[in-house]
Amino acid sequence: MAEIKESGGGKDKGKKVRSKKSSTSIDMTPMVDLAFLLLTFFMLATTFNKPQTMELTMPEKPKKEDNQPLVNEKKVLNLVLGKEDKVYWYVGITDPQIQVTNFSQEGVRKILLEQNQQIKDMVVLIKPSDGSKYKNLVDILDEMQISNVARFALVDITPEDVALISNL
Amino acid sequence: MSSPKRTKPSLDMTPMVDLAFLLVTFFMLTTKFAPEEPVVVDMPSSVSDIKLPDTDILTISIAREGTIYFNMDGKYTREALLGKIGEKYGLQFTEEEKQAFMLMSSMGVPVGNLKEFLSLPAEERKAIRQPGIPCDSLRNELADWVVLARVSNPKLRIALKGDREAAYPVVKQVLNTLKDNNISRFNMITNLEKES
Repeated sequence: MAEIKESGGGKDKGKKVRSKKSSTSIDMTPMVDLAFLLLTFFMLATTFNKPQTMELTMPEKPKKEDNQPLVNEKKVLNLVLGKEDKVYWYVGITDPQIQVTNFSQEGVRKILLEQNQQIKDMVVLIKPSDGSKYKNLVDILDEMQISNVARFALVDITPEDVALISNL
Repeated sequence: MSSPKRTKPSLDMTPMVDLAFLLVTFFMLTTKFAPEEPVVVDMPSSVSDIKLPDTDILTISIAREGTIYFNMDGKYTREALLGKIGEKYGLQFTEEEKQAFMLMSSMGVPVGNLKEFLSLPAEERKAIRQPGIPCDSLRNELADWVVLARVSNPKLRIALKGDREAAYPVVKQVLNTLKDNNISRFNMITNLEKES
């Protein structure tokens, strides 16, 4: 393998014993072995990928003197995140027609895209129930990004919503 | 010597070895070993591809069972933070305890047990099951940690690292704690989604 050799290396054929010239060659094989071992180790141990993040900006705490903006209830899409990866949704606030869907592509994404087209300036209210998981929250925020929903808010679930989903 | 010379097929491997050593050096210098975390957090995936910055990060981890852990980078800001926590709760920390806190990764013990926890040897600390940082309306220590951490390092970004299966009420507590302290902008750490 990798060796530094100065002498020719062939065996002496003559019978005369000459004064031995000790060659200055070092066997580098073990060192190279080690180098490759380390190389393999560090290559496998290195992770180049940095964690991904989602940026989330929550609204500031409303001050007393601030007027809360009023929203036409017809433009409100409510998404209630329930147990076992279920999403309950309805439009408007009075007389809600509640429907169930899930997190699949055919589920909540389709609804978001359809409603986003039908309703101008749609506002989505995300209401995670106590039975939902953190994953559900991240998934739904992700869906907002995928379906280009500009206005959405994470709000606390109301007792009315709890009652609505427990009836289903 | 008149017979056809048979040469041993030999190859000069010096350039390859040079390259190997170069790579070894590169990987040795660039590798940063991930600090050992007290809990495994299985993060949810998202399509977001914003990278988390390397420095000035405060991580709040929420484990599967709902225990909350706190982590911050920067040795010296950690020391300053521990001093401030000690002031607030009337605790005195020894040099060894400070040192232990500076070198630690995530931490999830109430302030009341912190001194005791820091005085343990590092191996024992790993073995202990940490109860999590209290974050309810009665005793919100997480709020103190976050507020004092931001005082120690104003450039700090808040990152939330939750387990997929963490229940929402705990997440809500953390979000409300952040909101109550006027932190409205934060990052949620996720894995990159494979599909679509």
